[in-house]
Amino acid sequence: MSDKILSIDNLNISFMTSNGEVQAVRGVSFDVHKGEIVGLVGESGSGKSVTCMSILRLLADTAVIREGTIRFEDEELTRVSKAEMRSIRGDKISMVFQDPMSSLNPLIKVGKQVEEIIRIHYPKKTKEQLYQETLELFRKVRIPEPEKRFHSYPHEFSGGMRQRVMIAMALANRPDLLIADEPTTALDVTIQDQILKEMRTLRSDYGTSIIFITHDLGVVAELCDRVEVMYGGMIMEQAPIDDIFENPKHPYTLGLLSSIPDVTQDKSKRLVPIPGSPPDMTNPPKGCPFAPRCPYARNICANEIPEFYTIDENHSSRCWLLDEEAPLEDNPFRT
Amino acid sequence: MTENKNISAGTPLLEVKDLTRYFDAGYKMQVHAVDHISFKLQKGRTLGLVGESGCGKSSAARTIIRIYEPTQGQIIFMGTDISHMNQKMLKPYRKNMQMIFQDPYASLNARMTVRDIIAEPLLAHGIVRRKEEANEYVYPMLEKVGLTTEHANRYAHEFSGGQRQRVGIARALILHPQLVICDEPISALDVSIQAQVINLLRDFQEEEGTTYLFIAHDLSMVRYVSDEVGVMYLGQIVEMGVSDDIYQHPAHPYTQGLLSSIPIANPKLAREKEGGGIKGDIPSPINPPAGCRFHTRCPYAKPICAEQTPQMKDIGGGHLCACHLMD
Repeated sequence: MSDKILSIDNLNISFMTSNGEVQAVRGVSFDVHKGEIVGLVGESGSGKSVTCMSILRLLADTAVIREGTIRFEDEELTRVSKAEMRSIRGDKISMVFQDPMSSLNPLIKVGKQVEEIIRIHYPKKTKEQLYQETLELFRKVRIPEPEKRFHSYPHEFSGGMRQRVMIAMALANRPDLLIADEPTTALDVTIQDQILKEMRTLRSDYGTSIIFITHDLGVVAELCDRVEVMYGGMIMEQAPIDDIFENPKHPYTLGLLSSIPDVTQDKSKRLVPIPGSPPDMTNPPKGCPFAPRCPYARNICANEIPEFYTIDENHSSRCWLLDEEAPLEDNPFRT
Repeated sequence: MTENKNISAGTPLLEVKDLTRYFDAGYKMQVHAVDHISFKLQKGRTLGLVGESGCGKSSAARTIIRIYEPTQGQIIFMGTDISHMNQKMLKPYRKNMQMIFQDPYASLNARMTVRDIIAEPLLAHGIVRRKEEANEYVYPMLEKVGLTTEHANRYAHEFSGGQRQRVGIARALILHPQLVICDEPISALDVSIQAQVINLLRDFQEEEGTTYLFIAHDLSMVRYVSDEVGVMYLGQIVEMGVSDDIYQHPAHPYTQGLLSSIPIANPKLAREKEGGGIKGDIPSPINPPAGCRFHTRCPYAKPICAEQTPQMKDIGGGHLCACHLMD
């Protein structure tokens, strides 16, 4: 997994609103390697969707990329023209959205909608080729009776089946990178389980890299190789999957892990919620964005944004507790 | 939420017998939303209802609280059959059964202040005559749910999702009801906020002995809050029992499939997990499959499953399961 296909460096994105500038993404940097599934975890408003939308330049007009670079293969995505971006979108990079109910055109047969995305990028393909490729995609994402389903309209499909159509569309041109923005949040666990299995198969069959946005740590544990934990527009911790669960080095990650029950949770024990609520990004805290909710916060946390501290080659965390001068008592990370 | 396996003692607070609710779907067709479900719920305990969307868990809740009229069957609440009571007679019972809704954005009136929202049940049930008198009830309630009296004059849109759900909880609990129906109370909330709301519900149960009917699709959370769990599939309860029994020894193939679909928040265990899950989608409740409704997706289906509806049987210690494989 050495070849990098996506490299985001010091990305800063702001939204210009009537209440002033909202810094939705602040200094986000991470890489995605070939065939890797990277989980982007965080609460609503943490900036995870905005980061991914910016890769495909799908941000609203009010958004401005203040700083930073997004390198995909050999291209700098923040600088390519609109036409170039259109040719990348849906071909080399594609996206699956959260809501399969509203992402399909209700007036067009689902098969035609999948054909269209191939035709736009490869206009020389014949009708027969398009049809056969679409059927193949339907088989790939396990839509039963593809010949019959080709002619169905979206309303005839259940939520899970629609999401399969969305995934078929995203995979139509065998993208190098697939961005999945909470693709299973609106679905039942049984359907979620099916979709996650498909995602794993796709990665092993095609070597597609996947950025998987979610707030569900269970999904992350099942699917991802590496995790970026976001909060208040920043990446707080980045680590391989096992380290996040077994050796978390950020109080926010710790908080997330202790606030969810798993199937073996001792019922007599209380859940430990993270107190308070996520920051208002029109007026973010001056220091670490998590400081107002952090049980270990000190003076410095409220005043200065911490840099990344390296735990090992693949694991780093943005927390003052990891500083050499941090006190040893009441410090979960230094013993 | 206490560990007590003795679930049959005393008169239940709520008993549901053969409760059925069909909806007309036009062309003389009917949606079998809730189809002959029966259960008992003891005071101070929590019953969780789980199942995929469309399995009828919300319809069951709404029928029990009489938002929907039952098509058939009985709802016995506080010892009285309320299934066909008229609205006027129902009022004193309504006071004792309240509901917390899923969507904290849609379930609060945008034109009312938080004070007015929480005071409305008090006015509706004649506990106070005028809004101004309600403050002595509303203020302590606000504090109990973790808001402050300063929040009273604000409108719902000024709050975050978690805070709004607290307002919804305050509204449901201000009358100190015996039974609270929680219909997906946390699924619209951020992960870090969910535990806050769950702990709040738990506090009330410990202090006031509130009984909960807890509906959610987050199976780990249902296990955590519930004493007993009922698993619903296409309008029917297919398995029911003490929550640990259901989760540790699921008997029905549907329950087994459902539980194996839960993502495990532990990467090592998740990697070891193989197979499991359920194939296909839930069939239409308009013409539910004959026999056992799950037979179309069941990996163990036998010919009898397509012909005869399995009956609920006690498979030991009050653990009920409706499956031909148990014969």
